[in-house]
Amino acid sequence: MLNDIFIAPFVDMVEAPDFLMQVLWEGLVSGILYALIALGFVLIFRSSRIFNFAQGIMVVFAALTLVGLFAMGVPAWISVGLTLGVMFVLAVLIERVVLRPLVGQPDIILFMATIGITLFLIGFGETIFGGENKVMITEELGIPTGDTVLEPFGGLLILQHLDITVVIVATLLVLALLAFLNYTQMGRAIRALGDDHQAALSVGISLQTIWVLVWFIAGIIALVTGIAWGARAGVSFALEVIAYKALPVLMLGGLESITGAIVGGLMIGILEKLFEIYWGQPLLGGNTETWFAFVLALIVLLFRPQGLFGERIIERV
Amino acid sequence: MLYRTAGQFKTSYNADQALFPVKQDAFLLGIILILAWVVFPMTASEFTFQTLLIPILIYALAAMGLNILTGFAGQLSLGTGAFMGVGAYACYKMVTLFPWMNPIVAILLSGVFSAGIGVAFGIPSLRIKGFYLAIATLAAQFFLVWLFEKWSWLYNYNASGAIQVPNLEMFGVFVSGPQAASVTEYYIVLFVVSLLTMLCINLTRGNLGRTWKATRDMDIAAELIGINLMKSKLTAFAVSSYVVGVAGALYVFMWKGAAEPNVFDIPLSFQVLFIAIIGGLGSVMGNYLGAILIVGLPVVLNVVAGTQVFEMSTGSAILLAALIAAATFLFGVARNLWGMAAAIGFGAVTLIYGYAQLQGFRIESALIEHINVMIVGALIIFFLIIEPHGLNQLWRLIREKLIIWPFPH
Repeated sequence: MLNDIFIAPFVDMVEAPDFLMQVLWEGLVSGILYALIALGFVLIFRSSRIFNFAQGIMVVFAALTLVGLFAMGVPAWISVGLTLGVMFVLAVLIERVVLRPLVGQPDIILFMATIGITLFLIGFGETIFGGENKVMITEELGIPTGDTVLEPFGGLLILQHLDITVVIVATLLVLALLAFLNYTQMGRAIRALGDDHQAALSVGISLQTIWVLVWFIAGIIALVTGIAWGARAGVSFALEVIAYKALPVLMLGGLESITGAIVGGLMIGILEKLFEIYWGQPLLGGNTETWFAFVLALIVLLFRPQGLFGERIIERV
Repeated sequence: MLYRTAGQFKTSYNADQALFPVKQDAFLLGIILILAWVVFPMTASEFTFQTLLIPILIYALAAMGLNILTGFAGQLSLGTGAFMGVGAYACYKMVTLFPWMNPIVAILLSGVFSAGIGVAFGIPSLRIKGFYLAIATLAAQFFLVWLFEKWSWLYNYNASGAIQVPNLEMFGVFVSGPQAASVTEYYIVLFVVSLLTMLCINLTRGNLGRTWKATRDMDIAAELIGINLMKSKLTAFAVSSYVVGVAGALYVFMWKGAAEPNVFDIPLSFQVLFIAIIGGLGSVMGNYLGAILIVGLPVVLNVVAGTQVFEMSTGSAILLAALIAAATFLFGVARNLWGMAAAIGFGAVTLIYGYAQLQGFRIESALIEHINVMIVGALIIFFLIIEPHGLNQLWRLIREKLIIWPFPH
């Protein structure tokens, strides 16, 4: 038993380094997507203290809109633009209809409101686009689909072109977001709002504009993740569950931290794949990916209650 | 007028702190109890039992359990569904291992198991707070549901991986399983729910309840005045998980009849959380109001959408009109214009829909389902906006205004 837990997995890793690399690569691909979704969460949380549960359904909704528009005969790239427009309108509506009347309410009420948004979007999406599974328009968007086979250490390493594209696009998007947050006026306003609401308001930053902006950024992220995930698994409401995967990432990295979201995402993506392949499947009957990230984050949190990179929680009476 | 408190004098502190300081409250409760214990069981149809009465009671109980943890002790939990599952599986194992066991005793005992697991998952709450704790409870949610799937001992190694409720007898009457009558199931649910409601009301009004509230309002301050936080938080987890576990056992044994592990997945947790929040955190009655809204509303919408509005039976037409009129009146008393507008709007939309039906307008039933989900989501946001503190608070406002109605002050 101890051998199975502490020795055998590592022996396996050393004996088949190509397989290990394959596992690490797949972990990296999902990790970068988790990081991307977590970034959307963090931006909204920092600027409005709203724990946005609707992120998952925004992924599905964006993907559905894209596929739906294409099915109506709109050319692929124009549908991407139109979908972005839809996500912008959605951000404005959410700010107008839901957030503005609820300003200043307890956190849990706002959290609940985002679950209300989730239900509404599920119903709305199903009403308009139907509830059945759809195929993502991968080829029409010019995303390569083949694969490259490498042979490191005389082994076999298969890299899907799709995954490579996803990693490149996601990395670029993360970098672009970081540049936006650090070097533009709007981006700095978002960060200022995250640091101190009242100070930000007093220097003339508009809360409403920033909220629309962060929800729109979350919408863009949702569209990119929706395309990436939809290309692998098809577009359906089951995609919503990947948003749950971003939650332990937030816990691990800290709810307010942008660095935390990126590091946490990569860590969880890679570690959960490793655990599933080397410990989960042989010892626990598999499918451990549903809970491993949460338990890992829970353990980390016992030692650092604010996550790895979160703001230190200082409490006063 | 309707709620006159004139002439009801309190001459002692005890009288002032009584459960029903106003006579009309006790009177109203009396009417509700007569309705629940006598009128409903005699008049309800099979459909009403299975889609309204039994689920509303069970969901209200589950929400009450969650409310103790989140509303009274301030620890946000997203793992309710999994704890309901623990109760259900514990009950299943008990009745299959010990077939001689009285079903009600088994249901009440099954809560003990979920309480134990609840305490185990509550230990991190001593260090982790707020949303971090909420996500930590998701660890319980996902881990436990995974365990229900993989640990075949829990479902007696049967091939389907689901638990099937056997026929259970008590005093020669089938109380659970395929052969049980809905009325019997209803009475058992009502008995258990009433029992636990009394327990919860008394716990939350007593010493333990006050330590919970102090912990919720500010845990460091509570610690400074001498409250043992560990004891306070862990008892909240234990009592809450106990109630939730019993609700889970009732859910499978008295309502669903069979359950797969994914029944206890995250949507169930959220549904219960909705009920607790829409009903009002930190209240007992709110859970019932929330359950009536969240469980009852989709059924009402479905029935309205599925029938020919202008060919409804006179009884249902009067009932619908009376409901709309009552809602409009109560919102009007509370000076809640949005609420009034919504109630009248619902009536108007129903009429327009009925007229459209006469013109040959039809909606497919699949589409009705989708629109239903959309409406429920919109209503949740709507109720949060008109009264963020829940239906319980809304009722409190209405009650205060009713005391002086029809005068404005």
